[in-house]
Amino acid sequence: MSTTIDEDVATGSATPPTKRQKRAARIADAASGGIRSILVKLLLLGIVDAIAVYAILVLALSQDWLVLAIVAGVTVLVNWIYFSRRTLPAKYLTPGVIFLVLFQVFVLVYTGYIAFTNYGTGHNGSKEQAVSSLMAASLERVPDSPTYRVTVVDQLGTLGLLVTDPNGDASLGTTEQPLQPVDPSEVDGGKAVAVDGWTTLQFSDVIARTNEITELAVPFSDDPNDGAIRTPDGSSGYLYTSNLEYDEAAGTMTDLSTGTVYSDIGTGAFTAEDGSEILPGWQITVGFDNFVRAVTDTRLAGPLVYVTLWTFAFALISVATTFFLGLFLAIVFNDMRMKGRRYYRVAMIIPYAIPSFLSALVWAGMMNESFGFINQVIFGGASIPWLTDPWMAKLSVIIVNLWLGFPYMFLICTGALQSIPDDVNEASSIDGASAWQTFRHIKLPLLLVSVAPLLIASFAFNFNNFNVIYMLTNGGPRDTGAPIPVGFTDILISMVYKVAFTGQNRDYGLAAAYSIIIFIVVAVISIIAFRRTKSLEEIN
Amino acid sequence: MSNQQPIPGSETGLLEGELGEERDAVRAGGDPALARRAAGPKRPFRFGKWFAATGWRHLVGLVVVAFALFPVVFVISSSLNPNGTLTGSNALFSQIGFDAYARILTNPQVPFTTWFANTLIIAGVTAILTVFLGALAAYAFSRMRFTGRRFGLITIVVVQMFPQMLAVVAIFLVMSAISDWFPAIGLNTHIGLIMVYLGGALGVNTYLMYGYFNTIPASIDEAAKIDGAGHARIFFTIILRLVAPILAVVALLSFIFSVNEYVVASVILIDTENQTLAVGLTKLVSNPRYADWAAFSAGAVIAALPVVLLFLYLQKYIVGGLSAGAVK
Repeated sequence: MSTTIDEDVATGSATPPTKRQKRAARIADAASGGIRSILVKLLLLGIVDAIAVYAILVLALSQDWLVLAIVAGVTVLVNWIYFSRRTLPAKYLTPGVIFLVLFQVFVLVYTGYIAFTNYGTGHNGSKEQAVSSLMAASLERVPDSPTYRVTVVDQLGTLGLLVTDPNGDASLGTTEQPLQPVDPSEVDGGKAVAVDGWTTLQFSDVIARTNEITELAVPFSDDPNDGAIRTPDGSSGYLYTSNLEYDEAAGTMTDLSTGTVYSDIGTGAFTAEDGSEILPGWQITVGFDNFVRAVTDTRLAGPLVYVTLWTFAFALISVATTFFLGLFLAIVFNDMRMKGRRYYRVAMIIPYAIPSFLSALVWAGMMNESFGFINQVIFGGASIPWLTDPWMAKLSVIIVNLWLGFPYMFLICTGALQSIPDDVNEASSIDGASAWQTFRHIKLPLLLVSVAPLLIASFAFNFNNFNVIYMLTNGGPRDTGAPIPVGFTDILISMVYKVAFTGQNRDYGLAAAYSIIIFIVVAVISIIAFRRTKSLEEIN
Repeated sequence: MSNQQPIPGSETGLLEGELGEERDAVRAGGDPALARRAAGPKRPFRFGKWFAATGWRHLVGLVVVAFALFPVVFVISSSLNPNGTLTGSNALFSQIGFDAYARILTNPQVPFTTWFANTLIIAGVTAILTVFLGALAAYAFSRMRFTGRRFGLITIVVVQMFPQMLAVVAIFLVMSAISDWFPAIGLNTHIGLIMVYLGGALGVNTYLMYGYFNTIPASIDEAAKIDGAGHARIFFTIILRLVAPILAVVALLSFIFSVNEYVVASVILIDTENQTLAVGLTKLVSNPRYADWAAFSAGAVIAALPVVLLFLYLQKYIVGGLSAGAVK
């Protein structure tokens, strides 16, 4: 493949095109594109730009300048690519590359970053968010609070309070925006009831949105220690203050009821001298803490070791069992005189055609210890703990994965066997080799050459074969000694999933650290694979 | 095996058969010479020789078919069982009825039809867009020469080794950040999930397509170019039609992948009525209070049927794709 469509973009063309040639190419190109395709192009770009402008507006409102800059930059780049004449390959690559960069490359890099943070339950946001949510959670009504007369107002779904203080001055604020003086557009009996730009809620609306309104806490000022105005009924408000006091200069939180001082000691949460924390905390980078914890905390290190060993064992045994069964069947059915081979083949492909999550769920039902088909019917009422004993569960996983995987190996082995040239057989039989010798010393090595890359790919696939583990045993039986929800048949990827998304505490940082381990293994596998297959060298 | 299988009856096929038989006859303890003679035509049928030659293969075949199909038979039988429990499903085909199908389709607590529709929409749209994005990229890599082309191809081969599932934590956090700005394409939306799946569109399939695009002679492009067709017209009206088989394979593999995908789907789709079959059915049977095994089996049969039929219908294309390195 050395021909190019557009010589303009060829990097290795011998002589640069002359001015005349360039002009001729331009005219030809313009003549070939109809007015319709130009309209379609303009329409599509118009839609993309409209969405981008909307996105930029939203981002500007929430003041995320970095993301805004990226969106704007990408939009300009896309427009340039589709209007310029000199970017032909980019026109075809850009749509896929945008998704690839965001949801494949960026997320892999971001996983690496998360592994160095304490991200997880109780450590979800910034320090400011943690402070305001701590203060809001501990609000209590000031016993001698004056009564503020309030009117509930709405702007595009955001509720606000129009507050008239005892002096008759009006001010307006929302949960996000502290009270600020306003000029009310309508005053009824000394109480401000309407203000420009906001809709006053009618009594029926107040009733309908009672829950939202009673949750509303409008900060009194920029200083969170000043407390907030809340209204229990939508007409009179009272001052609430937190029983925590935040000292921004010292970075401490003081519990006013007990007098305990919690300070920021760099662990991502306010911590008292006795080590107790108040949550939520905030997100910080913790360096290698997650890795150190995974390896040195004995309750975590044990599970990590046996899960890693089992992941390797599971992937290796799965590849070996499926390959040998598949190869054996390929040899058995590779006989032209055998009748009905087609039907056997279809029957054997069925396990491969069924979505694997369904097969695994059905097997889980059949392997149920007390009611399952296998124990009740095949073993005549025995109670073999297929899924509940640590070792039996491992065996069951292997059996089910053999069932799921042997058709694939059968198909590729059949293909590989049939592509071995037949003169090989002829030559070896003339030389006096027996059929077994021909197979062992000639056919098998030839077969392995073509199948080896697929075996490596199969290993990589089974290394992360989440579905069969999760649907069949859910990683169980559960290891009750471990502080994370991990079991004896969990592989690394299912452990990542469980640490991050199941159980009481989601620990994204630790889960990401486990992911890094998988990255390293997968990277090593791919290096080996590329060394063996030399597939990268074939790219010209 | 579309292209590799020797035609039965042809010289290649016969030779293959002869040698295979000899090998097996040796293993079975028989005399190869005898077995070879047994293959000759028009001789009286003798069981021993038939068995040594091909009969034992049928025996192996029957055992394997039993192993392969007994879970399938079990699930079909229990889906026809009006009695809902797992124990009641053990007597195969003791009762035949379609009550379980009616239950799974109409139970208001189990939005099975919604899951089914969600799955078809998500997997279908993902498959179509994956094919489109992949074909665009493969066209550029196959037909154009530009700086960074080799680097781009190598990147794609390397990236495809790292499935998106590994980055599920980061995907969740990115999507929840997107939700804060644009709830319509963030967490708990189908568009959001499809966008995530499209991130894997180039990685897995472009290389497969690139190989196939290279088999289409470039002289076709040149002829069209001389006739005045622009690059877009060449791509959309000529090349895309010539590479239709690989488009079908990639679409099907992508479809099956999305139907099977659990990790990312379960994290992004939160509400029950937004979920896919994989997420919905898994959560359904893992709920200890749900004891209607027959209804689940009926759901499993309905869910598996379209995929299995599609698979069997297109199997010769898929097998070609498999050998090129796609693993389910």
